[in-house]
Amino acid sequence: MNKKRRFKGGEIPTSSMADIAFLLLIFFLVTTTIDMDKGLGIVLPAEGEELEIKKTNILNCLINSQGNVLLGGDPVALKDVNKEIRRRLAENDKLIISVKAHKKTKYGDYVSLIDQLKRANATRISIADTE
Amino acid sequence: MKLNRKVNISSDIPTASMPDIIFMLLIFFMVTTVLREYSGLDVELPKAKRIQKLKSKRHTAHIWLSKQGQISIEDKLVRSENIRHIMYAKRAADPQLTISIKADKSARMGLVSDIHTELRKADALMLNYSSKTAIE
Repeated sequence: MNKKRRFKGGEIPTSSMADIAFLLLIFFLVTTTIDMDKGLGIVLPAEGEELEIKKTNILNCLINSQGNVLLGGDPVALKDVNKEIRRRLAENDKLIISVKAHKKTKYGDYVSLIDQLKRANATRISIADTE
Repeated sequence: MKLNRKVNISSDIPTASMPDIIFMLLIFFMVTTVLREYSGLDVELPKAKRIQKLKSKRHTAHIWLSKQGQISIEDKLVRSENIRHIMYAKRAADPQLTISIKADKSARMGLVSDIHTELRKADALMLNYSSKTAIE
């Protein structure tokens, strides 16, 4: 039995390394999910931070459980809130919009209302507790 | 004036450093990949038009609110009055924390308002109502 073997120098084949790396790269590219969360940003008032605001600078915006909007006492269709707020903001740029929802209001309706306010470029939005 | 010049430049793209470049890309993707941490509840998000991106995934905590009124944080069902303790700890660890509310569009505002109150108590004031892009 011939046990003598010649050692021919050990080398790792590197020619396929690029392919292996490519394969890994593609795997990570495919599995990476860039599902950036998107949504409506809002800042809540701090606890115990109650400011006295002039009545003329407040616009009460009520939304009931059926999704009907009452803007400062007048009923307004949800899709027209944007225009109405724009008009009122043009009259008074210090206007604070106070959003108040009913307990049974659907969250979807509320988000559409906030969206309408955002689209009217209203920056001062205050969120009151539900009733 | 001689115009006949011999072109001696070889037109091969050097491929010797290609594995290094690919490895670098690979490492970049491996490092930036954030696997989804929590599966959350099954919710149908509301739609909105004026939406903005969340600044960073690392500075975001999620609260799920299902149609049935279940509240879930980090895949654990919680009662609304316990939110303040969880969020207070999170907020203390990360002052830049934004809370992303993933509520179902037919969830009731009473519960959302409870969450608001709890978050105010926990001093976590940056909020994001997670929503899908509405098509005009």
